[in-house]
Amino acid sequence: MKYYDKLIFELSKEGRCGYSLPANRFPQASELPAGLCRKAPLPLPEVSEPDVVRHYNNLSQMNFGVDTGFYPLGSCTMKYNPKINEEMAALPGFAALHPLMPKELTQGANKVYEEMEKCLGAITGMARFTLDPCAGAHGELTGLMIMRQYHLSRGDMGRTKVIVPDSAHGTNPASAAVCGLEVVEVKSLENGRVDVEALKPLLDSSVAGMMMTNPNTLGLFETQIKEISALVHGVGGLMYYDGANMNPLMGVVRPGDMGFDIMHLNLHKTFSTPHGGGGPGSGPVGVQAYLADCLPAIKVSGFHGNFGVILRAYAYILSLGKQNLRKVGEYSVLSANYIKECLKDVYKLPIEGVCKHEFVFDGLIDDGAHDDVPGATTLDVAKRLLDYGFHAPTIYFPLLFHQALMIEPTETESKETIDAFIEVMRKIAAEAAQDPMILHDAPHNTPISRPDETTAARNPILKYQDTL
Amino acid sequence: MAQFAFFPHTSADVEAMLQKIGVQKLEDLYSDVPAEFLKKGAYALPDALSEQEIRDYFTALEQMNAHLKVFVGQGAYDHYTPSVIPYLTQRSEFLTAYTPYQCEISQGTLRYIFEYQSMICALTGLDIANASLYDGPTAAAEAMKMAIACTRKKTRVLLSRTLLPQVVKVVETYARFHGVEIGFIKAQEGETSLEDLQAQLAQDNVAGAIVPSVNRYGIVESHAGFADALHDAKALLIEYCDPSALAVVKTPGEWDADIAIGDGQPLGLPLCYGGPYVGFMAVKKDCMRKMPGRIVGQTVDKDGKRVFVLTLQAREQHIKREKATSNICSNESLMALWVTIYLSLMGPQGLREVNRISCDGAHYLYNELLATGKFEEVFPGKPFLKEFVLKSKVAGLPQKLQKAGFFAALETEEGYVSFCVTEKRTKEEIDLLVKTVKEG
Repeated sequence: MKYYDKLIFELSKEGRCGYSLPANRFPQASELPAGLCRKAPLPLPEVSEPDVVRHYNNLSQMNFGVDTGFYPLGSCTMKYNPKINEEMAALPGFAALHPLMPKELTQGANKVYEEMEKCLGAITGMARFTLDPCAGAHGELTGLMIMRQYHLSRGDMGRTKVIVPDSAHGTNPASAAVCGLEVVEVKSLENGRVDVEALKPLLDSSVAGMMMTNPNTLGLFETQIKEISALVHGVGGLMYYDGANMNPLMGVVRPGDMGFDIMHLNLHKTFSTPHGGGGPGSGPVGVQAYLADCLPAIKVSGFHGNFGVILRAYAYILSLGKQNLRKVGEYSVLSANYIKECLKDVYKLPIEGVCKHEFVFDGLIDDGAHDDVPGATTLDVAKRLLDYGFHAPTIYFPLLFHQALMIEPTETESKETIDAFIEVMRKIAAEAAQDPMILHDAPHNTPISRPDETTAARNPILKYQDTL
Repeated sequence: MAQFAFFPHTSADVEAMLQKIGVQKLEDLYSDVPAEFLKKGAYALPDALSEQEIRDYFTALEQMNAHLKVFVGQGAYDHYTPSVIPYLTQRSEFLTAYTPYQCEISQGTLRYIFEYQSMICALTGLDIANASLYDGPTAAAEAMKMAIACTRKKTRVLLSRTLLPQVVKVVETYARFHGVEIGFIKAQEGETSLEDLQAQLAQDNVAGAIVPSVNRYGIVESHAGFADALHDAKALLIEYCDPSALAVVKTPGEWDADIAIGDGQPLGLPLCYGGPYVGFMAVKKDCMRKMPGRIVGQTVDKDGKRVFVLTLQAREQHIKREKATSNICSNESLMALWVTIYLSLMGPQGLREVNRISCDGAHYLYNELLATGKFEEVFPGKPFLKEFVLKSKVAGLPQKLQKAGFFAALETEEGYVSFCVTEKRTKEEIDLLVKTVKEG
């Protein structure tokens, strides 16, 4: 990767243009009344087409993607993104389809939605899906709206609380708050699972439901899920499944069979659609049959959700077919356990036992701290990994451990790649033990070194005009 | 079973890895799952398809969709997408990257988001833009929540009756669960009524009002007096905008709005049956810390180089959990790149020309349709750009136009027919459409 310092605005020169438009062959319409016209200047760049192409090419070369290398980012499921799916989504009959065209003119798109709903139902055990939500957190919010809609439709007005484990993704409590629910946190046990005894006193008729991801964010299967579901259902609450961690269950376990009433999936994780630097995603929400009536009252996106993403994910499911689905789950779990076993003598493994698709280390066993030299932290390990050509794992999450380092390999990485990662992780551990300063100063080989984030937040410069 | 293209594991690899873990077979990795939850029997899924079969299947589906010339807008506009955009956005370094949390290897993403924010500020005339939201309607819902958060103890947000129906529906859905009361501002001659806004502000619980800059009838609205009325009542003016039109119409900044929102789709994004699009939001400086979503800022690295990072993250869900300004995490980053490249190519002049051609084409169609004698004006004399409504006297007009290859004359709630002309529509296409009407 090479450092490139320009912003597109800095390439601008008055009189250049990068567009080509047809000649205007219409009579000129009358001008807008002056009071409705823009008078402010429009400070967009003026650049030629080659300028634009070279600029964004240069920018791209400062980025790391799944196609660049291994991306062991926990809870993000950065798997390979099949290329045929991109091509299919770009077919003109899909790309040029107006969202308000009547159903009889969009039969190909209708079929994508119908078949996708069936496939997701088969994979998860849920009866109905809405494909409208545009991301995982959007799916959570939609699912919680369905939960509340259900209670309200039965005249059950007092259910204002939702229970969320302390290990949950940050979006869970945030989605609950947006949905007007009060968040009640339930503690985890030493073994990383939800503390069922701590859950019991929280349960009463004010509980709308409970949100869980299973396996949880430590990559551990919630073995008492049956008891938990029974307890929550016992007080009239519903069980919500956060599908961010669905990958290890693909082809093996279905959330709908574990007592969950509502769930979302992340098509941009489990179903291989590219992350695009932070979206577009898609977060379909599935419900048990008895909740299907609650779906139509909830409108969460302008048209039909992110159709282009849904189509890519559907193509992925068709590539897998029933023959390969189970291998997604199995290989993702195999790879995670293999890495864990190969590294647990140099990184602290807080909870022993088989994990699912991801696991969490709590920092280095020997961080090299001596005299005045502070030990190497999880942040240091993460930054040093960048020097060796790997993306960093998810760090400092979940909040249960101070030095959390959350590793998720996915099923699309070869043993060679995983072995190379393990070797580098061991090398970093050895470096830390010898001289943690190497790690404190990392990264050394990336286009930039560590940024001054404090100044960024204290004196925000948020647009080009602020830099002038 | 044969190897599968996306899985690199050979049986020897699997064997070696299982051995290291200390288990016999893959099923043993699920020994922690209660047996009753292990799925028994086959999944009701289709058989695996080869790449060729995938291609054939989707090509057949694609053919089942009508391929029509689009003369409808209503929130999704058929503007031209320059080839450069899909070419560059398909670069795998952009396409297959995660959220730029590791800034040292994500400067590409962070820089284009900074450029995008700068361009959204340029278009709207406001101070600060975020890194994107899902789509226009959800951006409006976020603005509704923000109005409540920015004003103390207020519970009501007003929506103009001239907003697109999908915007109203999404905002209403969010409001219902977020505990916000929604009121409506009447339309008067196709525009948001200032008089009705003032009347509604007599109640002191209004946190803000969402009004469209160019509305669902295509009319360019005047918001003279709106900001004063709202600010006197300590409420926010929120403008829902078509960002392409902002090159020529008075900006939210010029109307003294507090928040601008809308959908970036008209800036070079394909129609794609409604998504992925990209919601945008820009705000005045004093609203900065209540803003939802990611924000990129400029700083320096240890060596003094100019670099870009995600900043002001103390607003966000991964830090603040239930106290965050929003639950949004993934946004529409790649679509923000589409917009950024589009605006780079077009520049100020190109965007004005797009508006000029679309506006002239729309007025040509408007006049030609009226000349057939089969239509009546609904809002005579009201200024419009690329979109307008008429009353039609032709029975089954949309269906007749479909048969001739046009998606046009979409019926609105009131029974008007809506048309839209972008720079992609040629004079020949318009003449043929008018001819179809005449003969119909």
